[in-house]
Amino acid sequence: MEFIVVLLVFMVIGALIAAETRDLLSAVIAVGAVGFIVSLAFLFLKAPDIAITQVVVEVLTLVVLVRATLRNDITTVEGMRGKIGLAFSLVVIVLITLAAYPFFKELTSFGAPLLSQGKSVSGFFLKEGLRRTGAANVTTSILLDFRMYDTIGEATILFASLLGALAILRRPSHKKRGAKDKEERIK
Amino acid sequence: MEYILSFVLLMIGLYCVTTKKNIVKIIIGLNIMEYAINLFLILIGYRQGGIAPIRTPDMSLAYFLRYSVDPLPQALVVTSIVIGFGVLALSVSMAIRIYERYGTFDINEIKRLKG
Repeated sequence: MEFIVVLLVFMVIGALIAAETRDLLSAVIAVGAVGFIVSLAFLFLKAPDIAITQVVVEVLTLVVLVRATLRNDITTVEGMRGKIGLAFSLVVIVLITLAAYPFFKELTSFGAPLLSQGKSVSGFFLKEGLRRTGAANVTTSILLDFRMYDTIGEATILFASLLGALAILRRPSHKKRGAKDKEERIK
Repeated sequence: MEYILSFVLLMIGLYCVTTKKNIVKIIIGLNIMEYAINLFLILIGYRQGGIAPIRTPDMSLAYFLRYSVDPLPQALVVTSIVIGFGVLALSVSMAIRIYERYGTFDINEIKRLKG
């Protein structure tokens, strides 16, 4: 059996544990394990840039998720949604699988991408990347030259979401809260 | 086989999002779906016996074109991973705020308490 299949089976097992365990902290740790296996899989799929990015983002993800669970009193989950909700979601999953089935037949077989059939724009990037941008790493040359606008948009989204997180987590200042208390006391 | 396993991973994430009551579990399900989709895009671009799309000086252009894996999905997946982290940070901060306000992660109880 190929190594990547073994990694994928481990990922499926880890995701099942993360979905079904009752302890929230164990679920978070399981999803972190899945993330690190994903980065290992990226390394074996010859994508070193993404493997590095995935490791960094995974560490940050674990920190953020542990912060969400650790300081709270309730760390276990009980029960699920009702029977109707469960049945409905299973029906949705079956429907999506049926809808996706034709697309699986359209896919090229694993290990033979569109690039090797000359149908992809990537051949142009591979051929011209070094000459036009001077970057030996073609992924970087796409990220920072050919598709620079995507990267700018990504930075914008990241900045906006972090601003949003700060705005949500910010506490009202003590001075204001004190003033409100005083008003209520006067009333 | 590889495609089917990553599809199974996506479906586990969807199951987790649609059936769990706990907000943190829902966020975990979203995260699993994101992993599955990123992995699927990279799997599509993989070439059997391929090399990373980094051209060293001793490589001829023909050899590079013959063996390199697809660089375009890789560049897009880097963007997708970072955006996924932004989504996660925003949703976790909302979950923390909800917990501070209502004292629970259970979405049914939150619905009962307000609105």
